[in-house]
Amino acid sequence: MDRRTFIKAGAGLGLAGHLGLSAPAHAQGANARTLKFVPQADLANFDPIWGTQYVVRNAAALVWDTLYGFDEHLVPKPQMAEGASVSADGLTWTIKLRAGLKFHDGSTVHAKDVVASLTRWSARDSMGQMLKAIQQELVAVDEVTVRWVLKKPYPKMLMALGKNSTPMAFIMPERIANTDPFKQIEEYIGSGPMRFVRNEWVPGSKAVFAKFEGYKPREEANSWLSGGKHMMVDRIEWIVMPDPGTASAALQNGEIDWWENPITDLVPQLKRNRNVRVDIADPLGNIGTFRMNHLTTPFNSLKARQAVLAALSQEDYMRALVGDDTNLWKALPGFFTPGTPLYTEEGGDLLKGPRNLDLAKRLLAESGYAGTPVTCIVAQDQPITKAQGDVTADLLKRIGFNVDYVATDWGTTGQRRAMKNPVGQGGWSMFHSWHAGADCINPAVYIACRANGDRAWFGWPSIPAVETAVDEWFEAPDLDAEKAAIRRLNRAGMENVTFAPTGFFLQYQAWRANVSGVVKGPLPFFWGVSKT
Amino acid sequence: MFAYIIRRVLATIPVMAVVALFVFSLLYIAPGDPAAVIAGDQATPADVERIRQSLGLDRPFLVRFGEWVWNILNGDMGVSIFTNLPVTTMIKQRIEPTLSLMVLTLILAVSIAVPMGVVAAWKHGTWIDRCVMGFAVLGFSVPVFVVGYVLAYVFALELDWLPVQGYTAFKEGLFPWLENLILPSIALGGVYIALIARITRATMLEVLQQDYVRTARAKGVGQRSILFLHALKNAAVPIVTVIGIGMALLIGGAVVTESVFAIPGLGRLTVDAILRRDYPVIQGVVLLFSFVYVLVNLLIDLLYTLFDPRIRY
Repeated sequence: MDRRTFIKAGAGLGLAGHLGLSAPAHAQGANARTLKFVPQADLANFDPIWGTQYVVRNAAALVWDTLYGFDEHLVPKPQMAEGASVSADGLTWTIKLRAGLKFHDGSTVHAKDVVASLTRWSARDSMGQMLKAIQQELVAVDEVTVRWVLKKPYPKMLMALGKNSTPMAFIMPERIANTDPFKQIEEYIGSGPMRFVRNEWVPGSKAVFAKFEGYKPREEANSWLSGGKHMMVDRIEWIVMPDPGTASAALQNGEIDWWENPITDLVPQLKRNRNVRVDIADPLGNIGTFRMNHLTTPFNSLKARQAVLAALSQEDYMRALVGDDTNLWKALPGFFTPGTPLYTEEGGDLLKGPRNLDLAKRLLAESGYAGTPVTCIVAQDQPITKAQGDVTADLLKRIGFNVDYVATDWGTTGQRRAMKNPVGQGGWSMFHSWHAGADCINPAVYIACRANGDRAWFGWPSIPAVETAVDEWFEAPDLDAEKAAIRRLNRAGMENVTFAPTGFFLQYQAWRANVSGVVKGPLPFFWGVSKT
Repeated sequence: MFAYIIRRVLATIPVMAVVALFVFSLLYIAPGDPAAVIAGDQATPADVERIRQSLGLDRPFLVRFGEWVWNILNGDMGVSIFTNLPVTTMIKQRIEPTLSLMVLTLILAVSIAVPMGVVAAWKHGTWIDRCVMGFAVLGFSVPVFVVGYVLAYVFALELDWLPVQGYTAFKEGLFPWLENLILPSIALGGVYIALIARITRATMLEVLQQDYVRTARAKGVGQRSILFLHALKNAAVPIVTVIGIGMALLIGGAVVTESVFAIPGLGRLTVDAILRRDYPVIQGVVLLFSFVYVLVNLLIDLLYTLFDPRIRY
C-alpha cells in the first residue's frame, strides 16, 4: 500500500475531515502551476548588489531585470533597453528604455531608476568601478533615456551591463537603489518576471516567487538572460535542502521538481530512475584552483611555485572532485574557460604531459626552500575545497614541502586568506577555491587572474606583464586583438604562476520527467520551464 | 514551595548572564568573518573591510557587548547580519518545527522506553531483557543520520508511505503534521529511548529488591500493580532526571535530524548561523536553548516533589 492509497483509505473511513487529512500536495491539479526547486545554497539575503553569492544572483535574476542580458553565445542583447548608441568618439553612451516596463508595485520604470541602479551597482562591481573611475556624468535625459558620458572610451560597456557574473546590473526603483551599496536594501520591488513573496520567505528553508502579471516579455526567442522571459508557472518555491541524500530522495519521490546541483556520487542512482532526467547544468562549468601566497615563504619564490605546477596532476584533482566520469572534466593548461572565445593554452606547458616529480624537487631545491611549514588552508565544509585540499597536501609532501594542513571552514578561510601576516603569525601559504566558468571568460569579470600586487585577489601576485596584457585587452578594437592580448596574459600568468588551476569540471542538474524547458546555462533559467 | 520557585526563576538570571558573556566572548575570539562571507568570493579586501565597517564589526569588544546586553534587556535580540530580519522573527519562524519534533520525540521515547525498561527489569536475565538491552546498545551506537537515511529509504522511497522531507504546520491539520514528523521523531528518539530504557531497567531492578515490594507480593498484589503503581513510582526520580538531562541530547540531535529531513527548525538555523558567523542569530539561539534547558531542569526539580513527597524545598 503506498501513501496515496493509504490516504484514500483513510479518507474512506471518514478520517479526512476530522484529522485535517488532505491529498498529498503533488497530487493536486493546481500544483502543475507550482515549480519546486532545490537551489545550490540557502537564499540567506536578497540584495544582489550587497551580497554577491551566486544563489542571490540566481534568485535576483527572476525578480529584477537588466538593461542588457547575455545570450547563450555570451553576446549582450537588449533586455530592458530598446537599444543603445555610442558617439563616434566612444565617450557618450545613450540608452533608451523599451515601452511597457513596470516595477512590481505597478509603477513605471523610468530613466532615473536606471541611473540610481547603475550608480549603486558601479560601486560594487569590478567593471562598474572601472566605469565609475572614468565617468563624467550619468544622467536621465528624459523618462526613458539615460546618458552615460565617459572621460575615455569603454568598449566593453554592453558586456558590463549584460554580464551574468556577480553583481549583475539589476534595475530597481530609485528609492531602493539609493540605498548605500554596503548596506542591505529593505524592499524587494523588482522589475523582472517574478515577484518575491517576502512574507513566505523563511531563510534557510524556503523562498517563494509568484508570477508578475505586469511583466512585458520581449518578443524575441529566449536565450539565457536575453529575449522573451515567458513564465510558464505561476509560482516557484525554492526549498533549501542542505543534505544531498535528502534532495535526491525527494526528487525521486516527486516531492520536488528540479534540483540545481546533485552531487556526482548520486547521479548514477538518479539516472536509473525513469521519472528523473539528468543533464549537465552549466556548459561553462567551473575552474578549480588553489592560490599560493606570493608575499610569504616559500611561495614568494617563483621556483617554489613552479615546482608545485611541475608535479601537479590535474587528473588527480578532477577525479577527487567528480569521480571517474571523464566526460565531466578536462585538463586546463590555462586560466580561461574552455570553449569560450578567449580560451588559450599559451604558456601552459608546465601543466602538460607526464608529471615530473624530479623536476619539481629540483626546482624546490633551487628555490632555497629550507623546510619552513607550508600553511595549507582547506575548508572542510565545501566538498570542492576539501577534495582539492587533500590532493594538494599529498602533492606537496611528495615534492618535499613541510605541510601544515589547516582543516577549517569556509567562513574562517574567508577571513584568514585576507591576512598578509607571515606564516606562523596568522598568515597562510595557500588556500583552495573554485570559480564559475562564466566568471572566467575575460579579465573584466575574472579578478582572480589579475596580478596587480596589493590590489590583486588573495595571494597578491605582482606580475607587470599580466597587467599590461589586461590593459591591452580592455583597449582591443576587435576579437583578434583581444585574443592576442589574452595569449600574452596567459603566458605571463602561467610562467610566473599567478595561481594554480586544478582543472575544468562540469556539474549536473536533475529534474522530474514531467518538467520541460530546462536548459543548460551558468544559472538556472526558469523562463520557458513548464510542468504537467 | 512558591518561594523556592521564585528563587529558582531568579537564579536563572545570573546563569543567563554567564551564558551571554560566554557566548559573546567565544564568538568574538572565534576565527571567521561574516563580512568575508557576505562579500563573496570575488570581493576585494577593500570591499570586505567596507562591509565590516557597515556592520559595526570593527568596533571594540566592550562597546559591542554593552550594546548587545542593553538591547537584550529591552527585548531586542538584534538583527541577523545576513537576512536583515530581526532575530526574534527568525526564531518565531523556526520554533514550531523544533518544538513539534522535540515534543513528539519526547512522547514517543517515554511511552516506549519506560515500559521497555520496566519489562526488562521484570524479566531480568531472560531473552526479553537481552533484547531490550541489545536495542539500547543499538540505539546508543547508530548515529541519528544513519537511522534517518534508513527510515527515509524504506518508508518514503521504497514504500511511499511517508514524505522524505519537510514540515507542515500543525494548523494545517494533525495528519499532515504527523506525516512529516513520524520518521524524524523515530530517528531522533532512538538514542533517547535507549537512555531512558537503560535507566528505567537499572532503577527498577534496584526497587524490585526492596522489602515493600516483597511485602506487596506476599499480600497478593498483582504483578502489574506492583510494577507500575508501586515500583515505578519509586523509581521515577532517577528516570525523570535522565529525561531532563536528555533534553540536551534532543537539542543536539535535532540539529542533525532537521538537516536530514529538511525540517526548517532552530537546529538548522543554528548551524547555518555558525557557518556564516551570523553573530546575533547564534547568540539569540544559544540564549534561548540555555533558557529552555534551565526551565526544564526547574520543572524536573518540581516533579521530584510529586513522585517523592519526602522531598521538600
